Amino acid sequence: MRGRILGIAGPTVSVDIPGLKLYDMVEVGEARLTGEVVRLERGRAVVQVYQDTRGLGANEPALGMNEPLTVQLGPGLLAAMFDGLQRPLERLAQMTGPFISSGEAIFPLDRERTWLFAPARRPGDQVEAGDHLGDVHEGTCRHPVIAPCAGTIARLADGEFTLGKGVGEMADGSEIPSVVPWPVRKPRPYRKKLSPTLPLVTGQRSIDFLFPLARGGTAIFPGGFGTGKTILEQSIAKFAAVDVVVYVGCGERGNEMAELLEEFVTLSDPWSEHPLMQRTIVVVNTSNMPVAAREASIYTAVTMAEYYRDLGYHVLLLADSISRWAEALREISASLEEMPGEESYPTYLSSRLSAFFERAGVVETLDGKTGSLSMILSVSPPGGDFTEPVTQACLRTAGAFFMLDTSLAHRRHFPAINWFQSYSLYQSGMVAHFNSEVSPRWGELQRRSQELLQREDTLREVAEIVGVEGLQDGDRLVMRVAERIRQEFLCQNAFTEDAFSAPEKTLARIEELVAFYDSAVARLKQGIFPDEILKTP
Amino acid sequence: MRLSEHIYKTVSSIRGPLLFAQRVFAARIGEVVQISYPGGDTAEGEILKIDGESVLIQVFGETRGLNLDAKLTFTDAVKKAPLAPDVVGRIFNGSFLPIDGAPMFVPEQWAPLTGVPINPTSRARPEEFIETGLTSIDLLNTLVKGQKLPIFSSAGLPAKEMTAAILRNARLSGGGEFVVVFAALGLPHHEFAFYMDVLSGMQGEFAAFINRAGEPVMERLLAPRFALAVAEYLAFTQGMDVLVVITDMTNYCDALREVSTAREELPGRRGYPGYMYSDLASLYERAGRIRGMAGSVTMLPVVTMPEDDITHPIPDLTGYITEGQIVLSRELHQKGIFPPVDALPCLSRLMQHGIGKGRTREDHRSVADSLYKQYAKGRDLRRLEAIVGREGMVESDRDVLDFADAMERELVHQGEERRDINASLDAGIALLQRFKPPAQ
Repeated sequence: MRGRILGIAGPTVSVDIPGLKLYDMVEVGEARLTGEVVRLERGRAVVQVYQDTRGLGANEPALGMNEPLTVQLGPGLLAAMFDGLQRPLERLAQMTGPFISSGEAIFPLDRERTWLFAPARRPGDQVEAGDHLGDVHEGTCRHPVIAPCAGTIARLADGEFTLGKGVGEMADGSEIPSVVPWPVRKPRPYRKKLSPTLPLVTGQRSIDFLFPLARGGTAIFPGGFGTGKTILEQSIAKFAAVDVVVYVGCGERGNEMAELLEEFVTLSDPWSEHPLMQRTIVVVNTSNMPVAAREASIYTAVTMAEYYRDLGYHVLLLADSISRWAEALREISASLEEMPGEESYPTYLSSRLSAFFERAGVVETLDGKTGSLSMILSVSPPGGDFTEPVTQACLRTAGAFFMLDTSLAHRRHFPAINWFQSYSLYQSGMVAHFNSEVSPRWGELQRRSQELLQREDTLREVAEIVGVEGLQDGDRLVMRVAERIRQEFLCQNAFTEDAFSAPEKTLARIEELVAFYDSAVARLKQGIFPDEILKTP
Repeated sequence: MRLSEHIYKTVSSIRGPLLFAQRVFAARIGEVVQISYPGGDTAEGEILKIDGESVLIQVFGETRGLNLDAKLTFTDAVKKAPLAPDVVGRIFNGSFLPIDGAPMFVPEQWAPLTGVPINPTSRARPEEFIETGLTSIDLLNTLVKGQKLPIFSSAGLPAKEMTAAILRNARLSGGGEFVVVFAALGLPHHEFAFYMDVLSGMQGEFAAFINRAGEPVMERLLAPRFALAVAEYLAFTQGMDVLVVITDMTNYCDALREVSTAREELPGRRGYPGYMYSDLASLYERAGRIRGMAGSVTMLPVVTMPEDDITHPIPDLTGYITEGQIVLSRELHQKGIFPPVDALPCLSRLMQHGIGKGRTREDHRSVADSLYKQYAKGRDLRRLEAIVGREGMVESDRDVLDFADAMERELVHQGEERRDINASLDAGIALLQRFKPPAQ
């Protein structure tokens, strides 16, 4: 399927290739830039190109690839770093140096690296299509190898093999695949979806205790700049109790990614003690990389996440930030001259977003395992104004909302999660779990600490007028305890030991603070002056 | 490569800085077009959009005097910046033509104007301390090599004096000096003269790109890109540490809006184009360090917040891309404090790795945190003071109020004095000691 370039406008190129399908990949120009078909007319197709179109000329050749944007799924995804099109950035740097030039195509997985294969069948065995032939070991992960068709196994690795050589062949010459290609915009299938019942422990006290998340759930945290979105996102990536983390740096800073990498290689996962990077896949399309690839990056990432979910793992997808994805969508929509909606975002923004959120969940996989895919996405509302379309579209589907508060951030209260505005729809289910697993007092303590914070808020208004000294003694105690809850419990310094707080530690801390309040109230009743009580720590 | 020169006289319409031409064969996006005016003048333009055989050309420079008979020469090349070590010490206009009276240098190489993104895996983490000599930056919001840290100013605030102080005083941690690349966008004459004075008085070397207030708007979009191409060249080819100062980004964004409107693009917030985030990122993200290479690009853009509003799209989008911000306050300026840096909304995201043992001093983090905490408390109490009056407050609160005042007057304020990091830290510690609450 060959043709020529008819026109170019920003990231969109129109071509005259016949027989294209919507979302087919197309190579355009002598530089062989890749893109996908986003609009079809008779005699003309519009291609959204993933790379910088500068230098591309009219009349240059174009080639239809006859398949949609596809990722390669197999061993070697973990600990790797890809761009939005699944190009492996480390090997790209080895090949082309520290600057990314457009048009370089490389196979995403390392074909030379040796993997361990534990066969379950032998050469000469008769197998049916879909039979399990053995497992590839990737760290602690097991990738099953499946018979592509019925017949006899001609060759099957036993022990080490490389993707380049392949794991084996059938007697009819067909290769036994150890890598699965999958189109990114198509959700991977599962047997059925289950409702989320288990908590996703993040190690962040304010989330686990006040607004707990579920495995298979979705959460967003919007916040203006400087409210600590990236630090929170990275802390969760480090400490969350999951098997695999897919971290998407979507239109964000390059230096931040350098920082993240440096840390992830040195730190280890608090749950398994393995190096953190070994459970992490990084997808990064920084703000100065092409917008169309930024738009694709979250789909590339979620497909890889779904793949590990299908292997029966608990996967967490973190994206920083979904607003940059929405902006990429807006930029592409504008270059297609589509009718704009609110704030010139395309009107399909919210349906695209909710379809993306729907790819999260706990599932029973096709082979009967249970896996989960949870999502935590940061949102960067312009001017810190939460009424903007992206935040609002996310709120309609996300299961939890952590509002990052600029005024808390200015007071260096981090994570700057506002405890009045945030919510989690998973709360009741998760509290029941913590009650039975950690302590039966979990729910009660949570209610009481929220009450104390609420009362502090009311009292503060009074205190601003009459001064703290003018408050009643009991109220002064509330103010003091709430202050301690804020400073000693909700605040968590991401750069110290305290960055990770296991549920037991979280409970012990709040138990101590509530006990302090109870004893203070008791002593007040005995007639001891509040100044006396507040002095003792 | 084309075998012959492509020359057309097929201009069909002119609209502001935009020119439409018909029946053009094999044009390229971004290709530079030489435009010959009927009077003999020439200008350059760039191809923005191709639709079959009609092309849309953006004209750099003045379009006055242009008519439909203009001759277009298609050059088959995208816009590139000429580079050579001789660029240092020179002053250019927004089209990279020398305005210092000396002839143009001989380029050794050419680099695409837009730059090429750094592979994120090749970036080195910025962690080397830069001493600006200003306590409000060094102590509280430390700048490191490879960082982009904007100054958010407002009309009438001394952003240029502060930038000048940094230009004069900035030292690398090893004691070395920067090569400064200076881009001035839409600068009025008095500021232009001021900066020229500062640059010529500096010990280190510099290259400058000056677009004055009366010069073409398109050049405001080009000048920072030339400056960054030069900075990248000096940093990653010549191994120098480069400090890029761009002033004023607000003029850049307004130029972007003006050009976008002329192109009839859909306006976003406050009329700025929807791609302004990506466009700004294509400038700011060029700061950084690369693993295994000497050199670095550190960026200090100046943004004037329209209506003193930090949520205005220009400072807002800038803040989302840059690694922190230094915010100037009108209130402090009126109190006579220089530099009038308001510590509360300021931030340096890369400070964490640039301070402490082996970089600045072991106690840096704790001193900075204590100062900040106490000052934030003091600022909160000022609101209370406004309601109940100083007399209505307890003594410990009054102390905190005094601390906040003292911190502004003694620590933030430093006039023309240069303080090294030890002096800044010691001043901070002394201040904390003086207001130390009696042991409980």
